Amino acid sequence: MAEAAQAPSKRPLSPHLQVYRLTLSMMMSGLHRITGLALVAGMVVLTWWLLAAAAGRNAYTTFEAFETSWIGRLILFGFSWAVLHHVLGGIRYLLWDLGIWIDNEEREWLIRANIVGSIACTILLWVILLLSGMR
Amino acid sequence: MNMRTPLGRVRGLGSARTGTEEFWLQRMTAIAGIPLTIAGLFLVISLTGRGFSAVKTILGSPLVAVLLILFIIANVIHMKIGVQVVIEDYVHDKNQKVTLMIINTFFAWAIGLACIFAILKISFGV
Repeated sequence: MAEAAQAPSKRPLSPHLQVYRLTLSMMMSGLHRITGLALVAGMVVLTWWLLAAAAGRNAYTTFEAFETSWIGRLILFGFSWAVLHHVLGGIRYLLWDLGIWIDNEEREWLIRANIVGSIACTILLWVILLLSGMR
Repeated sequence: MNMRTPLGRVRGLGSARTGTEEFWLQRMTAIAGIPLTIAGLFLVISLTGRGFSAVKTILGSPLVAVLLILFIIANVIHMKIGVQVVIEDYVHDKNQKVTLMIINTFFAWAIGLACIFAILKISFGV
C-alpha cells in the first residue's frame, strides 16, 4: 500500500466536472444533493418535535414557541420547499433510471418542470393550509 | 483479455459480486418515501400551533403512528446512504472519510431510534 501511494499512477483519469460547460441539469444535480443535506437538518428538527411531544407538555410548549415564531415558520416554509424539490427531483431520477424522458429535449423540459413544480407545489401547499385555518 | 492493471492485480481488490445493495436500497427507500414524505409534510405543517393535547392525540392514533414509523424507517435509511455518497464523493482523506462515515452511521441510528421511540411512547401513552 505504501509503495503504491508513492508512485502516482500515469493512467488517464476521467475529466472532472469543471472541464464541461455548466448545464442546468448539472446545477439541478447539485441542488438535489444540497436539498438532501438540508433535509438532514430537517430530520433533526423532526426528532426534536417528536421527542418534545413524547416528553410532555413543557417540552412541547418550548418546541411550539420556536415553531410558531416567525423564524420557525420561515424555516418550516424553507423545509417544505426543500422536501418538495427533493421529492420531485427524485421522481425525475427514477424516471431517468428507467430511461423515460431522457432524450435531449425531454430531459430539458423535465428539469424545468422540476423547478416550476417544486415552487408551485410549495405555494399550493401553504395556500391550502392557510385556507383550511392553519394556526 | 485481462483488463486489470498490475497494481489492481497486486492489491487483489475488485468485484466481490456484491456492491449494488445500497444503489438498490436508495431507490427502494426513494419510492417508499414519495407518498410517506408528502403525507408527513402535510402532517407536520397542519399540526403547527395546535397545542400539546391535540398533537399527542393525533400522533398517537394507530394509522398516523404506523405511517410515521414507516416514514422514519424509509427516510433514515435514505438519509444515511445519501450522506454517505456525498462523503465518498467529496472527502478524499482516508481518515477523515472513515471518521465521517462512522459519525454518519451513528447519527442515522440515533435519529431513527429516537423518532421511533418517541412515536411509540406517544402511542402507548406512558
